[in-house]
Amino acid sequence: MTRETSSAMADVGRILRPDLLLPLLRRFGPLLALLLMSGALAMLSPHFLTFENVLNVFRQSAVNALLALGQLLVIITAGIDLSVGSVLGLCCVLAALFLKAGVPASVAIAATLALGTALGMTNGLLFTKLRLPHPFIPTLGMMNVARGLALVLSGGFPISELPEDFRFWGAGALGGIPMPVIIVLVIYALFHLFLTRTTVGRDIYAIGGNKQAALLSGIPVDRRLITVYAMSGGLAALGGIILAGRMNSGFPLAGVGAELDAIAAVIIGGASFFGGVGTVWGTLVGALIMGVLRNGLNLLDVSAYWQTTVIGIVIVIAVWVDVLRQRALERRRVLRK
Amino acid sequence: MEALLRLEGITKTFGGIVALDDVDFEVQAGEVHALIGENGAGKSTLMRIAMGVHSADRGRLLWKGRVVKLQTPRDAHRLGIRMVHQELMLIPQLSVGENIFLGCPPSRRAVFSWVRWNDMYERARQLLQGLGHDLDPRRPVSELSVAEQQLVEIARALAFEAELLILDEPTSPLSEHETERLFQTIARLKARGLSVIYITHRMRELYQIADRVTVLRDGRRILTAPISETSPEELVRAMVGRELKDYFPERESRARGAPILRVEGLTAPGRFSDITFTIHRGEIVGLAGLVGAGRTELVEALFGAREYTSGKIFIEDCPVTIRTPADAIRHGLALVTDDRKAKGLIPMASVRVNVILPVQARVAHLGILVNARAERHITERLLRELRVKTPSADHPVMVLSGGNQQKVVLARWLAVHPRVFLMDEPTRGIDVGAKMEIYELIRRLAAQGTAILLVSSELEELRHLADRILVMHRGRIVGELQREEATDDRILYLATGGEG
Repeated sequence: MTRETSSAMADVGRILRPDLLLPLLRRFGPLLALLLMSGALAMLSPHFLTFENVLNVFRQSAVNALLALGQLLVIITAGIDLSVGSVLGLCCVLAALFLKAGVPASVAIAATLALGTALGMTNGLLFTKLRLPHPFIPTLGMMNVARGLALVLSGGFPISELPEDFRFWGAGALGGIPMPVIIVLVIYALFHLFLTRTTVGRDIYAIGGNKQAALLSGIPVDRRLITVYAMSGGLAALGGIILAGRMNSGFPLAGVGAELDAIAAVIIGGASFFGGVGTVWGTLVGALIMGVLRNGLNLLDVSAYWQTTVIGIVIVIAVWVDVLRQRALERRRVLRK
Repeated sequence: MEALLRLEGITKTFGGIVALDDVDFEVQAGEVHALIGENGAGKSTLMRIAMGVHSADRGRLLWKGRVVKLQTPRDAHRLGIRMVHQELMLIPQLSVGENIFLGCPPSRRAVFSWVRWNDMYERARQLLQGLGHDLDPRRPVSELSVAEQQLVEIARALAFEAELLILDEPTSPLSEHETERLFQTIARLKARGLSVIYITHRMRELYQIADRVTVLRDGRRILTAPISETSPEELVRAMVGRELKDYFPERESRARGAPILRVEGLTAPGRFSDITFTIHRGEIVGLAGLVGAGRTELVEALFGAREYTSGKIFIEDCPVTIRTPADAIRHGLALVTDDRKAKGLIPMASVRVNVILPVQARVAHLGILVNARAERHITERLLRELRVKTPSADHPVMVLSGGNQQKVVLARWLAVHPRVFLMDEPTRGIDVGAKMEIYELIRRLAAQGTAILLVSSELEELRHLADRILVMHRGRIVGELQREEATDDRILYLATGGEG
């Protein structure tokens, strides 16, 4: 072995040190999985890596990505929001009803966002002020209430034929890029800054890491939690607006089960159910992994039933990897003792 | 005489770090053998090997003279070795009796049998009585005090016919009185011929109950000797490896400063009532009492973390309303909690975040944008000042040792520059070296004018640090002792309900 290669090996050894490798894996593991999957699909189907198809994946992932972002905030606080799918459905209907009543698109959108945020805030208020034992309860309640209201308000039928300037947000494009994709990227960038560069974002991580310690450090825990659930509701409303625009209708059953896809994206993206851990980019990658899986299996002519099965397996594997990481961390702790 | 358990030449490394280096250790039948050493000395690793949690790289285990191999804790249990961990492993929803016989309810037939509830409770009662306690075996464990829970764990070991009991720092959550009772229990075990390995940080306890002592330091055995042939000074020296003349350097009482915190008639029904006292600038006031006397509840109420129904709090003679910890911090209060794991640290967050939390908004741009540079600056200064050993300020706080984690908690509150520092058991479960540094810090803060309210279950700590000591009993302040008149006996007398 020449001297250069042996020093190169030493470099590799240094880079592969477990204490450095582990956080790297945590950060880039999901991305690596996405790239590997995309590579495999590109080889299996010549159609996969075309510009249109990639845009298609992004567009199809957009609504899930928005719901997942809200879910991420909630999961970082060690909570869960089961109501996002129903809030999305209700907001679809609300936006359509506003538009049918002759309200201008901009006002309809603003009102829908405000109502979605208010529904989320209600979740937060119920959880913190009524001291309900777990956010599972108020959001489970909201899930049913919002879906029921969507059906009541629409009479159970889709409200179709929406104005062009509203549909632009879900079906339009700017410079060849679909609007949903642009919206997702802008919102994700904003939330990345929010979570990493503001004290409020850091409070959210602290609350998920140890609620009691966060409270005793002077963090207004209840107020932060209410904010988080309100944001989740607002993002669900945004997803509803995009979906209604894309489908050209307010469909009261839109988003049934979507909360579970959102949770899956967050978990695949490396967030921990125990709270305190999770990133915005990881969640985007998680949503894209689900999008790529669906798209790729479509291209390969695999039935939709199998797609669901595969996604189920991916979720379990992702969490299992998380458990392995935790255990490796534990071992490092023992080692220091 | 044949040793009950013998560990010979035990060596254990974790990924290149030597945790134990050729350690010999033995326990005789009917002996209480104390195992002491600082955090990281290798006590836990050695005991994990004796319990079959880890296997040694080199060395062997002998049980009653026969070489044994322990692969899992089950193997150790089968031999008759049981450990009572610091974190008690009981199921709170189940009764005392169910916990004692967990996994193996007494039944007649081997293959299948209904649980014989009455038999089980009767046997549980006998076991507890044998330990000198009449605890109702039907009570749910969630209602028990920590001391009673420990007793259940010990009874559980006896139910499985243990011959060797390992107690890992059993007294750290106990009050003095409860400690006394635990010692009586240990004496009973010994009289029955059981052996006990007793891990502790507290010097004084050794002389009360141990027959022999072994000191570990940096993974090596430094000494093993009958307790009667050692002195505390010798043991501390063996533990830390250097001379410690001023374990508690004398501190002369100084003139009081101006009053800074005044509490009048503070009451929270069922927790504490009619609490009135004043703390002055630069004064260290001790708060003594048994566990459950309401000390933690009181300091947490002062800090806005618990509710109180009546009474007033004054800061520098201005009445203040403190409803949340954020209010308290704004008024210049700080609180080190009694449980750093549950209430102190955010384990996966970095050391920096853990230090900066209470002041992050103050140093942030526009009150909201994280100012990483200022944060790094503040954190690094405090870490240096407190001599915190951490690979960097960006490492997660959970990788630090207990003592260093506690220093991170203290650093957090130094960043606030508190006028009144509430400290609830600030040296619980940390090693001697870190303890002394924290004592130093407390004195230095007082000298700089900070008022300190020190809750502690270690009387020695209170007597040496505090200018005066308030004693609580059942939620009331029942006495106040000046530094000169505070003896262990006087404090205990008041704390157990004797008249002042």
